[in-house]
Amino acid sequence: MSIAIKVENLSKIYHLGEIGTGTLSRDIERWWALLRGKEDPYLKIGETNERTTKSESNIVYSLKDLNFEIKQGDAVGIIGRNGAGKSTLLKILSRVTSPSVGKISAKGRVASLLEVGTGFHPELTGLENIYLNGAILGMQKKEIARKLEEIIDFSGIERYVDTPVKRYSSGMYVRLAFAVAAHLESEILIVDEVLAVGDLEFQNKCLGKMGEVSKGEGRTVLFVSHNMGAIKKLCNQSIVLQNGELYYQGNVQEGVKSYLQSTLQIQENYDASNIMYNSEFDAAITWCEASIIQNGTITTEVHSDESFDVCISYEVKENIVGFRLFIGLENNEELCLFKSFFDEKKHWGTEVAKGKYESVVSIPAHLLMEGRYCIKVYATIHGLRNINPTGGIQLFFDVFQTGYINRLTYSEDFKGMFTLPLEWNSIKL
Amino acid sequence: MKSKNNDEQDLQWSMVIKPQTRLFDISFTELWYYKDLVFLLVRRDFVSFYKQTVFGPLWFFIQPLFTTMIFVFVFGNLAKISTDGLPQPLFYMVGVVAWNYFAECLTKTSTVFRDNANVFGKVYFPRLIMPLSIVMSNLVRFGVQFILLILLMTYYCIAEDFQINVSIYLLLFPLMIILMAALGLGSGMIISAMTTKYRDLSFLVSFGVQLLMYATPIIYPLSAAPEKYRNIILLNPMSPIIEGMRLALLGNGNLSAGTLMYSIVIVIVVLFTGIVVFNKVEKTFVDTV
Repeated sequence: MSIAIKVENLSKIYHLGEIGTGTLSRDIERWWALLRGKEDPYLKIGETNERTTKSESNIVYSLKDLNFEIKQGDAVGIIGRNGAGKSTLLKILSRVTSPSVGKISAKGRVASLLEVGTGFHPELTGLENIYLNGAILGMQKKEIARKLEEIIDFSGIERYVDTPVKRYSSGMYVRLAFAVAAHLESEILIVDEVLAVGDLEFQNKCLGKMGEVSKGEGRTVLFVSHNMGAIKKLCNQSIVLQNGELYYQGNVQEGVKSYLQSTLQIQENYDASNIMYNSEFDAAITWCEASIIQNGTITTEVHSDESFDVCISYEVKENIVGFRLFIGLENNEELCLFKSFFDEKKHWGTEVAKGKYESVVSIPAHLLMEGRYCIKVYATIHGLRNINPTGGIQLFFDVFQTGYINRLTYSEDFKGMFTLPLEWNSIKL
Repeated sequence: MKSKNNDEQDLQWSMVIKPQTRLFDISFTELWYYKDLVFLLVRRDFVSFYKQTVFGPLWFFIQPLFTTMIFVFVFGNLAKISTDGLPQPLFYMVGVVAWNYFAECLTKTSTVFRDNANVFGKVYFPRLIMPLSIVMSNLVRFGVQFILLILLMTYYCIAEDFQINVSIYLLLFPLMIILMAALGLGSGMIISAMTTKYRDLSFLVSFGVQLLMYATPIIYPLSAAPEKYRNIILLNPMSPIIEGMRLALLGNGNLSAGTLMYSIVIVIVVLFTGIVVFNKVEKTFVDTV
């Protein structure tokens, strides 16, 4: 099949520090600082933004020397961690910003959906906004008129088309916006994670519509999502980006696998104590230790036939009302399996007095299946703020199946999420 | 030979994205493709202007009407500045309506990147569409205000026996509108490109436009300006345009072929500089705003 998109030597460079200033007065301030031989007061802001380690240079490659081709009719999932360059790639493909080096060639009309409802005007009615939004997305007026009924039908808000959209609920707003976007006629469709909004029923409707777009009509679709399930469901090909470079291109199953493996590599070098000691100073508590203990020893390898404990020790520096310590358990697809709060058996928030504490939560045996998991330890002051680090303290561990197990069910997608030790009673009648 | 091959390959692609290389990079076919968008944006501006108002489009009348009344009172009756023998309300209103058009084009265009940052950051369409739609929607506004001017002129013809000489100069009228639009668009685009970096400039604009009005023969005729300042006033490309408007509509104004040519040249230079600067900024402004 022919090639729909060809990307050659694509790079995008951002100058840190330089773009941090926005006003003439700041530029004068910088200039004045340079004149007195002091360091640029705004360059520092740029440096803390930088996620990688090359702090001496103020140039960051958001994308670095990308080369790939996408065949016509493919549905390609673009996968990568935050900051891997997914959004930058989409922005360049949708011509919102231009590349620093390199070239992209494409065959056919490109429609991109980095956001739904771009250009909606709150004072205009739903109908007027359908036309306006459609035209902004690149549709001709007669094209919109032809599809009008279909669009209104899809959105399911017939009753409100003559109402200004400022009176819409946010759900209706998104429905209308997506309905317009879903009816774009283009050979190439670029979709960012826009479906995070809207209710579940509508999300499924949209996913269905997108699937129809890529499979039925022979269109090329590029789709960015953090939801590996959605990517597996919609896409047949994948591109995995890591730090702005192409990490993998090919089959979607392999792509998701290699992405998850690349995150595992990062986890190997991960040290929870480092995060705790280096986390930003917090006035309320100091973390001391967090570990997983099974049979009295600290471990990262857990046997499934025995329970294990998560021990967290910390120092509370003042009396706090509404202090909450909690953990979240995630599987290797970063899906949260459950959360558990240290005060969940109480009716109301707890007051915690100043002092040192150790909290232990026990996770029962025969619950988790084989595989890699992560326990994230968080603390908040209820209704006020999160305690640093806001992303939680991560404890990675592997579970090995040592308990009873019937090998007949040994297929990954078949087993489900948990191995609950449920009691079965079968009687011959 | 090799480069020719590359060109041929490019032809089979319908879209090629590259870092910007050319200075003057406008695809007119693309602009034409998006003509419906211009129309819809003009409609949006017009409709959203009077939604939830009692008087609706009448508000377009109120501003020039009251400004003219104040001008007649302050500059006509108190300061007794000459109006070249024209009825004062007519003299001021031509100036006010024309100046409003230019000033609105300029100030609205100068904030186009900031006002549309969220749209520009999410969807591609030729960025020039936005300034063009601003010029067009202000033209609608100008048209509505022009009706008011015609009503006033009719009143003066009938009730006050004021003779309006419909002359060959009426042909200047469309030219003057094009010049005003182009000048407002061009200077607005230059400023808009600069405001992506320095926002302070946008404050300067609203204030500067007010001051510039006094350097333009709006409240006084060019003939009433002292001889030594006249050339300075004529440096302002808007001066011949306003005088030309009066000549075209009221049959009395100071416009020579030389000053008109000067204005036209300045307008062309400003417009082209504006387009070049705008084109340069539009590709990367998303990263700086």
